[in-house]
Amino acid sequence: MRHSKPTADEIQALIDGQMHLEGPLLPILHALQEAYDHVPEAALGMIAETLNLTKAEVHGVMSFYHDFRKAPAGRHVVKICRAEACQSMGANALSDAVLEKLGIGWGGTTSDGLVTVEAVYCLGLCACAPAAMVDDRLIARADAARLEKALEGAA
Amino acid sequence: MKIWVPMDSAAKALGAEEVVAAIRAEALRRGVEIEIARNGSRGMIWLEPLVEVETPAGRMAFGPMTPEDVSALFEDGHEKALGLTDELDWMKRQTRLTFARCGITDPFSLEQYEALGGLVGLRRALGMTGEQITDEVKLSGLRGRGGAGFPTGIKWDTVRMAHADRKYIVCNADEGDSGTFADRMIMEGDPFCLIEGMTIGGIGCGATKGFVYTRSEYPDAVAVMRRAIDIARAAGVLGPDVLGSGKAFELEVRVGAGAYVCGEETSLLNSLEGKRGVVRAKPPLPALEGAFGKPTVVNNVISLATVPVIFEKGAEFYANFGLGRSKGTIPLQIAGNVRHGGLFETAFGMKLGQIVEDLGGGTASGRAVKAVQVGGPLGAYLGTDQFDTPFGYEEFDGEGALIGHAGLVVFDDTADMLGMARFAMEFCAVESCGKCTPCRIGAVRGVETLDRIAAGDAEAVPLLTDLCETMKDGSLCALGGFTPYPVMSALRLFPEEFGAVREAAE
Repeated sequence: MRHSKPTADEIQALIDGQMHLEGPLLPILHALQEAYDHVPEAALGMIAETLNLTKAEVHGVMSFYHDFRKAPAGRHVVKICRAEACQSMGANALSDAVLEKLGIGWGGTTSDGLVTVEAVYCLGLCACAPAAMVDDRLIARADAARLEKALEGAA
Repeated sequence: MKIWVPMDSAAKALGAEEVVAAIRAEALRRGVEIEIARNGSRGMIWLEPLVEVETPAGRMAFGPMTPEDVSALFEDGHEKALGLTDELDWMKRQTRLTFARCGITDPFSLEQYEALGGLVGLRRALGMTGEQITDEVKLSGLRGRGGAGFPTGIKWDTVRMAHADRKYIVCNADEGDSGTFADRMIMEGDPFCLIEGMTIGGIGCGATKGFVYTRSEYPDAVAVMRRAIDIARAAGVLGPDVLGSGKAFELEVRVGAGAYVCGEETSLLNSLEGKRGVVRAKPPLPALEGAFGKPTVVNNVISLATVPVIFEKGAEFYANFGLGRSKGTIPLQIAGNVRHGGLFETAFGMKLGQIVEDLGGGTASGRAVKAVQVGGPLGAYLGTDQFDTPFGYEEFDGEGALIGHAGLVVFDDTADMLGMARFAMEFCAVESCGKCTPCRIGAVRGVETLDRIAAGDAEAVPLLTDLCETMKDGSLCALGGFTPYPVMSALRLFPEEFGAVREAAE
């Protein structure tokens, strides 16, 4: 997915769209990330204004959660589970191989901007480990070859 | 010809959608009229995607299916034919109360839900007073299935008796523990069951609004729950007049954002309110001051999804299952390096070794079992010499372990236990909310101390033990407080891997 440069009106519309909820801040951050693949810096002040919070408080909430990004990820996001059940089935070797092949570390993006690899702690596929996710697609009993194939399919 | 293919995310991750496409293509090629129905998973994850064909004798199972296996489905004698699903050993040996419908019905069919006992419990509860409802739950002996094991009825009663203009019921569906997937399976496979349980709870306690707080890592469960809530609302199960009773109850799904600590109830409530997911000191209890400062029931998915069967069949029926103070059934989730991984619901009391060796069939790698971590990343490792331990809250406590959310992760003899102990500390450091020092600083020091041990410094072992005691006694919540369980149990079971002699460890 590609995302246009956010305008102030669009951001405000996304914020306003969640204001009917009790405790709307997380839904707002999710809506922004869904639209732009990250939470634009420009949005923080606008959220603060709308919710009657300080910008620091909004930043504090956003930065607490692993999901919210300050900048867009690569075109494809590969999430590899690092949790115990996946480790018992060789997740460490899998992530080592993938990260080495792409020449990046956890959270890194390849220099061509194509792939970001993120750690995830449990996808609920613990009886068919190791588990991974390529964009929105879940992959169980993952190996490097299957991840590569899924990436090609997603390109 | 009616063919069932699970839409559970484990089945999809193992290729269910490709199998569906292959079935459609093959049917078209052969000119056979088919109906493809979608269900949840039966829990036999090693057989997923498990395809079922309806016959006059019952549903016949085939699995694990690949697109290449599809063509033979339309002919006699399939090499992956398993027989009638209900007659499979794994299914026959279970006592499915909470998961009675999961994998059988279409998750979006309220009609099928009702045909198998759904809404009977809610209709009964609607004729009861709040006190009668909470008494029924107390009598059932149901305890919190999230891990803490607190009696659900007592929690409900506290909220019921609290005075406030508004009350809430919050479903903790932030199932972040590795090795657990029961919440995900029931949300994807039988969402009305959770909706019914929450509605009974809401009406019993006087809460008119419920939240299902779940994980961004569970996109399928989020989508299924949202759609099921819409269906339930349209059918009058939710809304201002629940099943014509004049009582109101509304439900909403909220999605977390990748913070493990939000599975802790007070941290979850902060997150729900739009704050940093930091832990709150107790008291006040959430039952008195919970979501938005109002009295709030916070229960795990499985606790709430068990409520309908308690009201359908009666508290005594439920309490008759189990062992000692661990009453009823527990959905065991057998995971990790295991041959037959999946979900198996049974009465409390089954021995750990039987679960791993008999149900699980030993390791997937075929090597010897080294250890089993029970209860997620904060649960202890148990060795094969503890395989006689019956599965129950008190029985595991007696072994210095916990059952948690009943996930079991099996490791074979190649597991690096010092590495696993280090990972436990690393995970705690990554996920700590930062509110209390023993967890925030202790976890970082724990990683460093384990690195010293790995480098051959045996003198760091007593330091690690001391640090774990501080974390255990001084942390505000289970994240810092229970991280010592996996660390210390690994040290106790395999002191030689920590470069220490057994005496030094004890």
